[in-house]
Amino acid sequence: MSGVFTKSMARNVFYGGSVFFFLLFLGLTFDTVRALPKRDMRQNITPLVAEGKKVWETRNCIGCHTLLGEGAYFAPELGNVVTRYGEEGVKAFITSRPVDGIPGRRSMPQFNLTERELEAITAFLKHVSTIDTAKWPPNNQG
Amino acid sequence: MQYSSQAVAKPYFVAAIGLFVGQIIFGLIMGLQYVIGDFLFPAIPFNVARMVHTNLLIVWLLFGFMGAAYYLVPEESETELWSPKLAIILFWVFLVAGALTVVGYLAVPYATLAKMTGNDLLETMGREFLEQPLPTKIGIVVVALAFLFNITMTVLKGRKTAITSVLLLGLWGLAIFFLFAFYNPVNIVLDKMFWWYVVHLWVEGVWELILGAMLAFVLIKITGVDREVIEKWLYVIITLTLVTGLLGTGHHYFWIGTPEYWQWVGSVFSALEPIPFFALTVFAFNMVNRRRREHPNKAATLWALGTGVMSFLGAGVWGFLHTLAPVNYYTHGSQITAAHGHMAFYGAYVMVNLTMISYAMPLLRGRQANSEKSQVLEMWSFWLMTVSMVFITLFLTAAGILQIWLQRLASDPQPFMVVQDQVSLFYWMREWAGVIFLIGLLAYLASFFVGGRPAEARAS
Repeated sequence: MSGVFTKSMARNVFYGGSVFFFLLFLGLTFDTVRALPKRDMRQNITPLVAEGKKVWETRNCIGCHTLLGEGAYFAPELGNVVTRYGEEGVKAFITSRPVDGIPGRRSMPQFNLTERELEAITAFLKHVSTIDTAKWPPNNQG
Repeated sequence: MQYSSQAVAKPYFVAAIGLFVGQIIFGLIMGLQYVIGDFLFPAIPFNVARMVHTNLLIVWLLFGFMGAAYYLVPEESETELWSPKLAIILFWVFLVAGALTVVGYLAVPYATLAKMTGNDLLETMGREFLEQPLPTKIGIVVVALAFLFNITMTVLKGRKTAITSVLLLGLWGLAIFFLFAFYNPVNIVLDKMFWWYVVHLWVEGVWELILGAMLAFVLIKITGVDREVIEKWLYVIITLTLVTGLLGTGHHYFWIGTPEYWQWVGSVFSALEPIPFFALTVFAFNMVNRRRREHPNKAATLWALGTGVMSFLGAGVWGFLHTLAPVNYYTHGSQITAAHGHMAFYGAYVMVNLTMISYAMPLLRGRQANSEKSQVLEMWSFWLMTVSMVFITLFLTAAGILQIWLQRLASDPQPFMVVQDQVSLFYWMREWAGVIFLIGLLAYLASFFVGGRPAEARAS
């Protein structure tokens, strides 16, 4: 690390290398954004799905659950929950949560969603389950 | 302390440590909720505790980075800070905004908080780590820009060094990539993809520049090794960081709807991500071995060496463990991720901040180093926190392996909650390791109050 390889050479390699790889990353990002319409099922994003995403966000679901494997690891994966339990199963689960929880056990809070919000969150989760995720998760249990 | 304006760093360090304590308390609450599911329910549901835990972490690390910048930039630039007054004003703005945000999380349901704070105007909330209400997010941008202005002006009027250049680049990157927090398209795939522009490009990108600059500064001070040597190492390490880390973002693009070529790009480049951390470890040990002076602050030296080792283990080794796409297919979103997250954040960013604080705080309090007694206690806290974090990581890794086996690999995969019950022994052990961590943290706090005659340099 001494003699021939000087600090200013190291600095030039840093700036050159970083700019090169940042541009490469931007290029791949651009390519990905162009390729996404074939995979993200955007044609199915209805106003109800969009509303559902907002319900998802404003209840901070990600604070306990994962969605396509991202989030918290306290509660089950929901990217495929509609496949696992069906739309009616999902709605029944959300509406039946006891207000004071279950003694000694983890329980989802009772969010008192309106009928419309319930439809919306289910539509959103159903939409997520149709995204092409390269066959993840490995099985139905998420 | 060579410049009086460096003193503004002190409240930043104090606030950082205070928020650190809060973060750990909420960590213990969550750990207990893992095994006693209804603990504090419904008053503090898990998702609320987690927001407080992770947001406090981010905020106290930012306090630490800002404090570090206010301390080291005047000394590096050989000039007083452009405006110490601005630094103090920003301190209070950031502290009050942070406190109000946490109170908001705890006092009202999240949906109500969203409504109260104008989430309907621009929907940015409810995404992991970016849960802050809109006014807080805007506040972060304003504080960051004013802070950067102050620091940049200081650098511009003084001596330019590699350390300040790298630090500034890292801090500007931090502010710029945070702007992606305001981009939240309805298309969840796009949302997730650009969410990583904040999260990954922070912790596996620009934050590592800040880390490198902070560590290089402390190493110059405590070892007396020639600046040319240390700064050359710094450039080499951050080159490796960005060359591997930028395309390494690809390891988050395996299963979220993005094209499958990311499985190759992400696997190859993120498999190389341990290299810069390994270089960091070699760097720290090499510089300490080649030291030209015996700095009386032994504790700071220990933290600096610890940062190298633990960031390599947590970010490097535990990251590599699950970064190859065929492995990640099974580990994605399991306790393995949690194990990695804990040791990586502690080993890299917690420890580099504690290194800086350990070095700078005695100087800010008017002595070169704390008394021997105080340093011994601080070093006890180092070992208690570090060893317990190793165990937290090992227990979570064990839980993760079992979880993956039972839920994803066994011939008869079991439901999530059924599996969680079966691995609860490891969650209990994790919680006890967490209690030891808290004891270590309390010892750390106590070390600030141990008096005695300041340690002096011995002739080497």
